[in-house]
Amino acid sequence: MDAGSLAVNEREKSIIVKGKQKKQLVCDTDSAAGCVSQRACVYCGARVVLNPVTDALHLVHGPIGCASYTWDIRGSLSSGSELYRSSFSTDLQEEDIIFGGEKKLARAIDELVLKHHPPLVFVYSTCIVGVIGDDLEAVCKAAAQRHNIQVIPVQSSGFIGNKSAGYRAACNALLRLMGPEPTPTRNLNSINYLGDFNLAGEAWIISNYLRQMGLEVNVTFTGDSRYETLIKAPRASLNIVQCAGSMHYLAQKMRELYGIPYLNVSFLGVLDTTASLRMIAEHFGGSGIKQKTEELIKTETDKVIPLINGYRGNLQGRKAAVYVGGGFKAISLIKQFREIGIDVVMIGTQTGRQSEYETINDLVDEGTVVLDDANPSELERFMVEKGAHLLVGGVKERPLAYKLGAAFIDHNHDRKHPLSGYEGAVNFAREVYSTVCSPVWKYLKA
Amino acid sequence: MERQTGFARNAAENPCNMCMPMGGIIPFKGVEKSMVILHGSQGCATYMRRHMAEHFNEPIDVASSSLNEKGTIYGGEKNLKLGLDNLIKLYNPGVIGILTTCLAETIGEDIDRIASEYLLDRGLNDVSLVTVPVPGYGGSHSEGYWMATRSIIARLSREAPANRRINVIVPHISPADIREIKRILQLMRIEYTIFPDFSDTLDSPFTMPYKKIPIGGTGIEEIAEMSGAAATIQMGVTASREISPGHYLQDTYGVPLYNMPIPIGLENTDKLFAVLKQVTGKDMPESIFSERGRLLDGMVDSHKYNAAGRSAIFGDPELVLAIAGVCRENGITPVVVATGSKSFMAAEAIKSSAAVDVPEQSLLAGTDFARIREHCREKSVNIAIGHSDGRYLTEKEGIPLVRVGFPIHDRMGGQRLLSVGYTGTMTFLDRITNTLLEEKHKNYRHGIFDKFYTGKMA
Ligand code: SF4
Ligand code: SF4
Repeated sequence: MDAGSLAVNEREKSIIVKGKQKKQLVCDTDSAAGCVSQRACVYCGARVVLNPVTDALHLVHGPIGCASYTWDIRGSLSSGSELYRSSFSTDLQEEDIIFGGEKKLARAIDELVLKHHPPLVFVYSTCIVGVIGDDLEAVCKAAAQRHNIQVIPVQSSGFIGNKSAGYRAACNALLRLMGPEPTPTRNLNSINYLGDFNLAGEAWIISNYLRQMGLEVNVTFTGDSRYETLIKAPRASLNIVQCAGSMHYLAQKMRELYGIPYLNVSFLGVLDTTASLRMIAEHFGGSGIKQKTEELIKTETDKVIPLINGYRGNLQGRKAAVYVGGGFKAISLIKQFREIGIDVVMIGTQTGRQSEYETINDLVDEGTVVLDDANPSELERFMVEKGAHLLVGGVKERPLAYKLGAAFIDHNHDRKHPLSGYEGAVNFAREVYSTVCSPVWKYLKA
Repeated sequence: MERQTGFARNAAENPCNMCMPMGGIIPFKGVEKSMVILHGSQGCATYMRRHMAEHFNEPIDVASSSLNEKGTIYGGEKNLKLGLDNLIKLYNPGVIGILTTCLAETIGEDIDRIASEYLLDRGLNDVSLVTVPVPGYGGSHSEGYWMATRSIIARLSREAPANRRINVIVPHISPADIREIKRILQLMRIEYTIFPDFSDTLDSPFTMPYKKIPIGGTGIEEIAEMSGAAATIQMGVTASREISPGHYLQDTYGVPLYNMPIPIGLENTDKLFAVLKQVTGKDMPESIFSERGRLLDGMVDSHKYNAAGRSAIFGDPELVLAIAGVCRENGITPVVVATGSKSFMAAEAIKSSAAVDVPEQSLLAGTDFARIREHCREKSVNIAIGHSDGRYLTEKEGIPLVRVGFPIHDRMGGQRLLSVGYTGTMTFLDRITNTLLEEKHKNYRHGIFDKFYTGKMA
């Protein structure tokens, strides 16, 4: 990108065009003020990761807004408790800001524990709690003793970083929940599945595959998880990590603390799914498992490949722009689009890491625009410049795509259809087809 | 009345309100060529944009000064100024709203000083900065809306020669509602300034090429001259004097104020035309008289079905007040009337919805959905009327929801819902009546069978 063409200088270092220049993309910096960043806050990141713990009481310590905007907005499914779908807030008022909110927090926990009897409470700190200096640790500790349950503070004050800092805060909370002791008993064919939030039942789909392979899912982090299952996590013999942005840190820590090895996997798209299942089978080794895995792969691919190819015919040669939360998802999407004949011409993330951007750069074609922490002006400009036919993004990006006359794929946490595994790959192709090939676009041309 | 204020409770469970800056953004979207920057951390802006984008299905660009740890400790002035620089470069707005958030207020940022320094510093005279102090913890979105509306007028209006226009100040109603009010005024050939006018900006037609700041909104010049108008009609009886824009114009420029409820319902719409007559001397046009007649006809047609309604109404105090009126006019019993707002005026509004003939009404101010739910159960509510978060009542208690207000994030077309005027009231009432009918038809066969044939029902 030539320097003069961007209105805002601070943003230059975060945008590159593959092949044009050798410079490295700068990511993981603070958002430029005033640029209408699409990024969310630390609390948001922490909440994304912990929210699917179904029987936890999720208490937001802060003013009402932070809790209001996050009430039941995600599509994580539960096989048991529904408590996680409620939004609790200490609803701090002016006098709490002046005199401190500790007492109110303590009373709130008492009141809510009495009413809901949760085995576990997460207390999220928000921006102003970080400023007024409430001692979350102390209040939670005392409450835990009073009620004889776990009350875990999540250090998610919004201004201490961006969404990825929130992932880390959430992982720290989970580590605390599991405790420091390595559990002696280890279940041999048992896996923890990290980085699936059971959106539209995705974790269930993958668990079914693993079961068919003769393996057992110990617990998913954190889709459809419960207190009881989470504390038994140290017993698994392997961790598989999907959403690396949020869970890589946890996997590393669990290897350190409990000696559980981990594999990076991806269940987005047919190729990644197949490769991941094989990798897992390989790890366990036994010929029984390998054979079952191959059978599973065969049945599933036989079923879905013709369906996906059916859509591919209509999609070949279209161009996609991608703007998603993390690097892992971005990487998977490049491959997944290739499976249906679509090229990615612009790609960016809110919180991708350096190594992920390198992978992205290796995967995309010459001329593709790669950008970190984009804003609507940049999305608009590059989508138009590159002639993108569709955009992948979240709720905020959707209307922009539509105003530009481009198709749109919802790849966010509120979606209500699974995109994981073989079933998900078909859904993805169908969704792309339903938006790209909709009759409505032809009326916009006139 | 149970007035649950923050002082009495320690935790909110499933909030029935949003925070002040959220409400403060909306009026700025009703000003021509305007943008908003929130002074605080990035997250607040992102959440609010998301919330609004879901409701309006429009791109909602709101900037943030993106305070980080350093800015929070040493003051965020530099961030805010840099943010303004970037915002101007990217959007070239004519007006910028600078709204605080919890964080900025807590660390004590003086946005007025920063704003005036900034203008001087950069030597800018083609952009107006409007500062609005809206700590999220200071009130709900409803108060934030009025505060921003008043601040915009206070900042942009100036002494102007008397003109023949009338000011119409609208609360947070839908773009379709604003369009309907404009239609009525145009039909009556009344010269007006309607503010804030987000009827086009938050429900914009598809056009190419895309415009980053959508076309529409009340003109800056028009706002400046609101001071010289013949009168102000404000649909905002729940805005307290200190945050009421109509009172500002009256107190500062002597513009007579006619403060009235939202013209939803027969009585409230009659009131609008009475006020219009008083201010302009003009009578209701023939065609509107027919609309009124059609509404009357419809009210009669559905009155027996409506009689079965036991409603729970919740949301913005101003809207709740108007909806309670519609219910009462049509024989629907409003047994639970609630708002999340904790303001005194909100409580007053809720109180004034009390119906003498409903002895055990639940009137809740400063409340949340967990409590609304309990009251719904106690009072055997069979229809809920309010924004989308009421779907919780549907899911948990099987109470059908008629969607109106903000946010509507789980259905399409929240921005197109029409409820004001005689025609709007008719469509709104039909939505209510038909929801009651649908419930009835869904349940009556097996209900009666169980009761009389198998005798199973108690
Ligand atoms: S309540 Fe305060 S901190 Fe929370 S979103 Fe609103 S302004 Fe931001
Ligand atoms: S106050 Fe902080 S935690 Fe709350 S929404 Fe804003 S940035 Fe996030």
